Amino acid sequence: MSIVKYSKEHEWIQVDGDIATIGITKHATEMLGDIVFAELPEKGSNVEKDGTAGVVESTKAASDVYTPVSGEVVDTNQAIVDDPSKINQDPEDSAWFFKLKIKDPSEMDTLMNKDDYDKFAKETSA
Amino acid sequence: METKKTPLYQLHQDCNAKFVEFAGYQMPIQYSEGIVEEHKFTRNHSGIFDVSHMGQLFIYGGEDLIKDLEKIFPLDLKNLKLNHSKYSFLMDKDAGIHDDLIITKTNEGFLIILNAACKDNDLKILKELLKEKYKMVLDENRSLIAIQGPKSSEILDDVVNGVKDLNFMSGNWFSFENQKVYITRSGYTGEDGFEVSIANDFVDKLTRELIKKGSKLIGLGARDTLRLEAGLCLYGHDLDKDKTPVEANLKWAISKIRISKGDFIGSDIIIKQLNNGVSKIRVGIKPEGRIIAREKTKIFNQSDVHIGEITSGTFGPSVNGPVAMGYVENQFSKKNTKVFLEVRGKKHPASVCSLPFYKKSYVKGVN
Repeated sequence: MSIVKYSKEHEWIQVDGDIATIGITKHATEMLGDIVFAELPEKGSNVEKDGTAGVVESTKAASDVYTPVSGEVVDTNQAIVDDPSKINQDPEDSAWFFKLKIKDPSEMDTLMNKDDYDKFAKETSA
Repeated sequence: METKKTPLYQLHQDCNAKFVEFAGYQMPIQYSEGIVEEHKFTRNHSGIFDVSHMGQLFIYGGEDLIKDLEKIFPLDLKNLKLNHSKYSFLMDKDAGIHDDLIITKTNEGFLIILNAACKDNDLKILKELLKEKYKMVLDENRSLIAIQGPKSSEILDDVVNGVKDLNFMSGNWFSFENQKVYITRSGYTGEDGFEVSIANDFVDKLTRELIKKGSKLIGLGARDTLRLEAGLCLYGHDLDKDKTPVEANLKWAISKIRISKGDFIGSDIIIKQLNNGVSKIRVGIKPEGRIIAREKTKIFNQSDVHIGEITSGTFGPSVNGPVAMGYVENQFSKKNTKVFLEVRGKKHPASVCSLPFYKKSYVKGVN
């Protein structure tokens, strides 16, 4: 069974074995508004926990996308680069950003579960 | 200073607006449908913009006022027809722009629409220049809404009879609920549309009626993408005191007759620049691909020399791609010149292009 966790930077991470799929939360897309540009990390590159691993831009502004855990980028979702509006439509499923081969599974312990994240998102947006 | 609210604040809330502070006002940046949908709705149907934060300056006077205003604005105000409008600037002696504005000749004098962030300073400058010779009212009792887009003429005419006969850049007094409303056929979206000046107590009712007829409130977010696609300048970004109208590529707005006489504030510099050229000039910039170049993005030439800066850049929903404008050294201002934009440390290809990005569909008429 896969585990889903959330970061304070509003990314979600789903882990299956040693592979993590990462995207941004629905709450994040609601704050950003219409997303019109997405930039993803390069396949094969290594990213560090809490480091920049992409960019999304709405009509209003650019925002960095961070990786909640460290690892090697093994796949990226070209579909959201070609049509960034997909991120608004289905942020927590088909509009994932990138997949990592996890370097240190213990980093997952620093992240929030769904209930805690929902609470966090509500508090920070109030 | 406490942020002000416009008389439409309640209506904005009723329409689920997200608010931002803009020039000291709580203004709607977008509503529930979002900037892209609001933008497209304006282009295809009709959008209503609350621009009540902008200044409505009424100056009362006759022949003397015309002469005195001609010393300030580079316009042929003497030959401007009654109820006709012109786009212009308030400049300093070096032709730096204090504000860009729309001035309309009315029965009683002139109505000048000023940018919200500049209006108090504009009034101060104009008072100093006109030395209290004329009654000047920066009217806080009137609201201003813009209704823009192809269906606007039909919708507004349904509520305020007769407006559809107005020509572009002209206005008149009309009646709504026995209130005198001043309506001009103008706007800042690249679409046909109107601006309506109406008493604060009636603006909510008028706007709700327009919504009932099929128009929708549109936020400042879409106002920005619309005006940028239309190649129109935003003060404080594309225009400021360090830029002249000639550098801003707005010489079309300067009266030729007035240039030949050259007796307005900033005229020395304007004439010099018109004769000798300028070192930097505003151009349209079209990035290749989807990369968005925001304000302050550096522009480089093909030899990697820094030649200018973006002053406005976003994603244009109707163009379905990034759009920008900025200032470049004059020698690189030719259409199709290849340039590079530095975004997040990387140089991305782009080209200089003509404006607007989106072809306007203004009604025919005298300008």
